[in-house]
Amino acid sequence: MNIVVPIKMVPDLVEELVIDASGTRLDPDALRLKLNEFDDHAIEQAILLKEKGKGEVIIVAPDVAGIDDALFTAAAKGADRLVKLTGNWNAPRGANNHALARVLANFIKTLRAELILTGVQAPNDLDGAVGPPLAEHLGMPYVGYVSGVMVCDGTAQIRKEYPGGMIAEMQVTLPAVLGIQAAEKPPRYVPISKVRATMKTAKIEEFPAAELETIGAPMTVRLFQPETSTRATMIEGDADTVAARLVEIFKERGVL
Amino acid sequence: MNSDIYVIIEHLRGRVADISYVMLAAARETANATGGKVIAVILGHDVELLVSRLAADRVLYMEHPVFADFVSEAYQRALAGLIKEQMPRAVLFGDTTMGGDVAAWLSAHLSLPLVSACRTLRADAEHGAIKFVSQICGGKIMAEGELPTPSALVMMVPGGYKPEQGTAIQPPELVRIDAPALDDLRVTVKDYVEPAVGDVDIAKENILVSVGRGIQNQDHIEMAEALAKALGGVVAGSRPVIDQGWLAPTRLVGKSGKSVKPKLYLALGISGAPEHVEAIGDSEMIVAINTDATAPIFDLAKFGAQMDLLDLMPVLTEKVLQAKE
Repeated sequence: MNIVVPIKMVPDLVEELVIDASGTRLDPDALRLKLNEFDDHAIEQAILLKEKGKGEVIIVAPDVAGIDDALFTAAAKGADRLVKLTGNWNAPRGANNHALARVLANFIKTLRAELILTGVQAPNDLDGAVGPPLAEHLGMPYVGYVSGVMVCDGTAQIRKEYPGGMIAEMQVTLPAVLGIQAAEKPPRYVPISKVRATMKTAKIEEFPAAELETIGAPMTVRLFQPETSTRATMIEGDADTVAARLVEIFKERGVL
Repeated sequence: MNSDIYVIIEHLRGRVADISYVMLAAARETANATGGKVIAVILGHDVELLVSRLAADRVLYMEHPVFADFVSEAYQRALAGLIKEQMPRAVLFGDTTMGGDVAAWLSAHLSLPLVSACRTLRADAEHGAIKFVSQICGGKIMAEGELPTPSALVMMVPGGYKPEQGTAIQPPELVRIDAPALDDLRVTVKDYVEPAVGDVDIAKENILVSVGRGIQNQDHIEMAEALAKALGGVVAGSRPVIDQGWLAPTRLVGKSGKSVKPKLYLALGISGAPEHVEAIGDSEMIVAINTDATAPIFDLAKFGAQMDLLDLMPVLTEKVLQAKE
């Protein structure tokens, strides 16, 4: 069974986010990218399924800074094929999910994919997630917020999350696109030495993205940092000072 | 051009989700300026009683046994026909585990633009333009723009409107509409699994020591347990901690977990992403500890300190125990 996992790099939210002079995008020079966490779970879920059955795991991603490392790491975990979609992803309006879904659909149509697992969302999505439009282009069903997948007899048995912790057990006819919230097990850790060894043997294929068609996302957007009227009273000092002040506050408020 | 604002009502197992009322409030404000009506759309089976408090000018009720459950493919198919026929100025969906399966698919299928993570919609009565403000990158960046014309889809997050603003006293006019054929669906619901009750119900606890990514690894959970025990509370967590398997899913605070309202919510190493923040707004007092001074959690907290939670937890535990002696 062929399992395709589209992944992408997203801003690392732990870093300070800088808006560039145009005010319409994050400054690419100040931006540190990391693999979308939900995509990491999609990779893990795909490899777990492969280990239970047979088939290939194919990882595919837009060709942006840092993607080679993410692809080699996936190979070190057990992915079989690595594919970069080459194109002008850094163009100011290049990389929205509508454009990505169209390119992914073109690529996936060249494979005989039975299951497509992608991260259910990404922190910088402004035009929805990439999974649903991809499913539409491929004529496949889509279910997102999935936290467990089993495959048998041409169907996937899945667990979908609802608010409040409720879970629905669903059946989806394959081929299908699933938006992964969490893999059955946390993403495995691979030592850097294993990733380095994989770099020597694994090959990254390229697939041209051609023209990026961005229609379907909001056109002109102004970015700004949120301003809030209220902000926490900050307690300064070392751990001792902060802890002492917190105990006072807890007493004042009747918590202690 | 149709200037009505459509709201796709989200409901599950006999209860209308709060986000539906939030969307109705946004729709009302927008429709007042566009001169259109607020039209609620409910897909369901035997749900007449659910519509009574929807603050809409009209409710379109599409009834079908399949809609007893939420099935993404059934919603997609049913709404594609309706939206294509009506082409409302805007169609609002929850940016939720339900709306997320539907809106982006419809956007591709109908070639209609989509804006997600939208917090507010404001219409300019003079020019008729609708301005959206979305909240992305874990709440650290806002994106503002004009909602494309003539028709656009919007996925809404809570925070911009109170559910009460979208609640009516008088029941709205109810109009039944036909459902399309829905007999060859590739997605079916087999069963529901109720959330495990577990040892504690975090929604009912008075003191929550809630840990996020800053806890770094499972070994440090013990330190949080010790602090919670000293305070007479329990440990909860945000999504990354649960997905790593460091805490049971019953301890999840956030969009797909529980909403909480403790006297003290001690947020340790939690950045305050919107999907977490929406579940802690009713807390009496939020205290946040984070190494990142720009973390959005500090906008919500009453008190905060910029430091590593691993440095603070043992000292705070000790001081709390001393204070109780």
